[in-house]
Amino acid sequence: MAVKIDKNLCNGCGSCKESRCMAVCPGNLLYKNEDNQAKIRDKRECWDCAACVKECPRQAIAMYLPAEVGGRGSTLQAQDFGDKIVWKLKKLDGSIEEFNIQNKLLFNSNL
Amino acid sequence: MNNIEIVNLKTDILIIGGGAAGCYAGARIKEEDPKADVLIVDKAHIKRSGCLAAGISAINAYLNPGVTPKDFLDYVKKDSEGLVRDDLVYTLAQGLNKATHWLEKWGLPFLKDEVGNYVAKGKRSVKINGEHIKPIMAKAVEESGVEVLNRVNISNYIVVDDQVRGAFGFSVRENKFYVIQAKAVICATGGAAGIYKPNNPGSARHKMWYSPFNTGAGYAMGIRAGAEMTTFEMRFIALRTKDTISPTGVLAQSFKAKQVNGEGIEYQEEYKKNSTPYRLHATLEENKEGRGPCYLDVTHLSDESNHRLKRAYLNMSPGIVLKWADGEIEPNQSPVEIYGTEPYIVGGHSQSGYWVDSKRRSTIAGLYAAGDVAGGAPKKYVTGAMVEGEIAGLDALDYIRGRDFVDLSNNLINKEFDRVFSPLEKEEGFLPEDLEERLQKVMDEYAGGISTNYRLDEGKLIMARKELRRLKEDLTRAKAEDVHQLMNLHEVIDRVDVARVLVEHLLYRKETRWRCYQERVDYPKKDDENWFKFVNSKYNQELDQIEIIEREHIRLGDLDGSQN
Ligand SMILES: Cc1cc2nc3c(=O)[nH]c(=O)nc-3n(C[C@H](O)[C@H](O)[C@H](O)COP(=O)(O)OP(=O)(O)OC[C@H]3O[C@@H](n4cnc5c(N)ncnc54)[C@H](O)[C@@H]3O)c2cc1C
Ligand code: SF4
Ligand code: SF4
Repeated sequence: MAVKIDKNLCNGCGSCKESRCMAVCPGNLLYKNEDNQAKIRDKRECWDCAACVKECPRQAIAMYLPAEVGGRGSTLQAQDFGDKIVWKLKKLDGSIEEFNIQNKLLFNSNL
Repeated sequence: MNNIEIVNLKTDILIIGGGAAGCYAGARIKEEDPKADVLIVDKAHIKRSGCLAAGISAINAYLNPGVTPKDFLDYVKKDSEGLVRDDLVYTLAQGLNKATHWLEKWGLPFLKDEVGNYVAKGKRSVKINGEHIKPIMAKAVEESGVEVLNRVNISNYIVVDDQVRGAFGFSVRENKFYVIQAKAVICATGGAAGIYKPNNPGSARHKMWYSPFNTGAGYAMGIRAGAEMTTFEMRFIALRTKDTISPTGVLAQSFKAKQVNGEGIEYQEEYKKNSTPYRLHATLEENKEGRGPCYLDVTHLSDESNHRLKRAYLNMSPGIVLKWADGEIEPNQSPVEIYGTEPYIVGGHSQSGYWVDSKRRSTIAGLYAAGDVAGGAPKKYVTGAMVEGEIAGLDALDYIRGRDFVDLSNNLINKEFDRVFSPLEKEEGFLPEDLEERLQKVMDEYAGGISTNYRLDEGKLIMARKELRRLKEDLTRAKAEDVHQLMNLHEVIDRVDVARVLVEHLLYRKETRWRCYQERVDYPKKDDENWFKFVNSKYNQELDQIEIIEREHIRLGDLDGSQN
């Protein structure tokens, strides 16, 4: 499994030393290069956890299935809105299926 | 190595690994005693580290109304051929619901029915939207006042006078070596993946079920320090969707998929049992007899359910959603093929790990173990791992009372410093990745990996033993070019230490107790008369020898908290 990072969308999270995707990757696989762009060290090390995909504030990261296990080009992207996450599954015919999922309780007074 | 800074830290309680067990341990200790200093150190960032990085879809260990801790124990025993640490499973079951309520209090969304009860997925399981479980736990830890040190890989314990006094570690981002002194240490580093050759090749090689970044460090540190380990021979092999290695429970339980063979026949009834290892065994047998492939059949789903099923997977294992899209099908257009994964060492699903007492104290003073790294209690899942962290943490609060830090000799510090960093000095040497692949090939072929249908025999295990000894030697000649690669190298070193203990355990148990997990071709029967006992081990670093120790089964009546 692997992720691809869109050069045109990634702004390196500004001038910070540690960008948001770098901060969360559980395998320490992401870094910023000299052009202030996020890169993956080695796509063979990616677990497909999608942590970086969900963390990127600019939706610059997309996940895809490697060809070795039948990947043919569809992609997944996500946007976190604080209490819900919206996934976009881009299919081979170009159509998009959207998923809107509550992922956090913001207020919880009944406990 | 002169450009490496040495950082000295002190804390009352050091927690190694901020996953399910470590986070809850930290938060509960602070709640109980806000004045205690607690430090969590993680090789990743606790916001998305360990098994929970992608999220989960259910709390798999929860006592729904009417289910008692004793019922939970009975189920775990039945699923594990009777041989588990009853005391550990029982004490863990007692805390499951409290841990679950904490998760909800922290903000994890639970599915509820009209009257506000959790929606059950099974007798001992409830449904959640668990995508955010890890950031939610990390936030709770932060708010509790626990200190957190991210991106530091712990490499060994500090042991002085037979007591654990802290741990050494190195930054995986900067040139820093950490000497962390503590009055008590809780090991919560999870289990080990990457010991066997994985299901998938090339750029999909980390497309595995267990986290490829949990590499058995906690086991390895304990082994090197001479802690007693138990039941490594009960490996865990998961029945998962083929290629994407996604969990199957959601298909079988939430979406009522039937488990069928290539002829469309439900095959599980043909087999003696319907336990977790037997479902895997049955699937392998069907394939072997030419009745494969085997599937979870979801073709009965409505179009609306297709979307719901994909949602459930996005909460924990998004890869399979891409698989459907790349196949240009919807879930109900084709049954989902299932297969076994490579074997993992994971105390939270099977029961390999530290030999602990009911307070989760290891056999070395000052050292506790909780979660997937602790042995004797299978099927603990997220909430069980949390409870173990809590039990360990609360006992550690007692343990540290009146204790102080000790002086560390330079010799002790220099020895670990050299062990950790010397690979950075080498110009020539093996690369970690090459040695990792050799380990995986040896284990696959000689110690019951996928390519041999997980089956074991003495002749091959002895080959594995020899190969691993040589590999350990070669690891002293490996090099690393940067600190990330240095982490990778130490991951291989740790996995080889774990694999060597594993092979001795596999050789020692001369029966077949757990189908697939521990299936000896040369001793194909279960033998309660001679083997209804635990196989434990202790490593002697000076002699480079692994000693096997037999331990009697511990019954629930022995629940007095003492070490057997
Ligand atoms: C893919 C997957 C799906 C699962 N789904 C479910 C589910 O739906 N429901 C359920 O109840 N359970 C589920 N489980 C089980 C559950 O996730 C585990 O039982 C639980 O997370 C174990 O907790 P732990 O604290 O022992 O390990 P983890 O949560 O993995 O934490 C271990 C931590 O140790 C850190 N670490 C490792 N080595 C070092 C080192 N050398 N130095 C410093 N830090 C280190 C890691 O980075 C990590 O943060 C799932 C597990 C997996 C793998
Ligand atoms: S989080 Fe997004 S924008 Fe920031 S560095 Fe990563 S890819 Fe670029
Ligand atoms: S998907 Fe997960 S493992 Fe892969 S690069 Fe992103 S955060 Fe890292």
